[in-house]
Amino acid sequence: MKTFKISHRTKNGLEVLDLQGELDAHTASQLEDALKNLIHNNKSNIIVNFQELDYIASAGLGVFMAYIEDVRSTGGDIKLTNMNDKVYNVFDLLGFPTLYDILQDEKQAVKKFLNEKG
Amino acid sequence: MAKLKTYKITVGASTENLSEIRDFVGGHALEYGFDDQKVADIRLAVDEACTNIIKHAYVNDSEENLAITIEVDDEKFMIYLIDRGEGFDVKTYQKPDLKSQIEQKKRGGMGVHLMLNLMDEVTYKVKNNMNVLYMCKNRN
Repeated sequence: MKTFKISHRTKNGLEVLDLQGELDAHTASQLEDALKNLIHNNKSNIIVNFQELDYIASAGLGVFMAYIEDVRSTGGDIKLTNMNDKVYNVFDLLGFPTLYDILQDEKQAVKKFLNEKG
Repeated sequence: MAKLKTYKITVGASTENLSEIRDFVGGHALEYGFDDQKVADIRLAVDEACTNIIKHAYVNDSEENLAITIEVDDEKFMIYLIDRGEGFDVKTYQKPDLKSQIEQKKRGGMGVHLMLNLMDEVTYKVKNNMNVLYMCKNRN
């Protein structure tokens, strides 16, 4: 069985989740727990870094669908960064780019958050 | 008539086995000569189909089995997924509206949309009380 790992760090006062491995219907609950935990602790400025993520299925995208409103309603956002082409293609096929901030790298996401917070 | 080759695995209907299923179809797709993107398309389409069977047809009952058969000829890479759970007809499927689903904090319904986009043919039929989902990717 392929492993999926998720780790949490902070950068410039923002929450960063680093994803690694393969995210599918079996491993999506780990991402869900990590996001729920942040939201529960009123941490709503979240960057999810996909640099080390090799694969995503719709169950993984479903987690972002379920929590984006909660985060945005408190003035925060979930910004997605560093996706490889294959992972981005799945987000693109499902129409995510018009509704989610998907950025080239983490630096751009940090800058955008800091600008939005003014 | 082109010579047909067949490969088959049967696994327990649990999401735990999804990565094994992906590796099985991905390995054969690579061996068939598909490029990286087509291999990725097949891995994802089969993953989505199996996830739907495990969650909806078998309602996560891992005592049940899911059979995946690949048939290849010179022109087509064909996949048959056979289960005996609750049926689902891809023809009755409607494309999900992402914006309204997000507003309602609703997820799901995305798998079939992906399957239809990633594969050249997707059909569903009931045969001998079994659900048979057929998906095909053309060589060219």
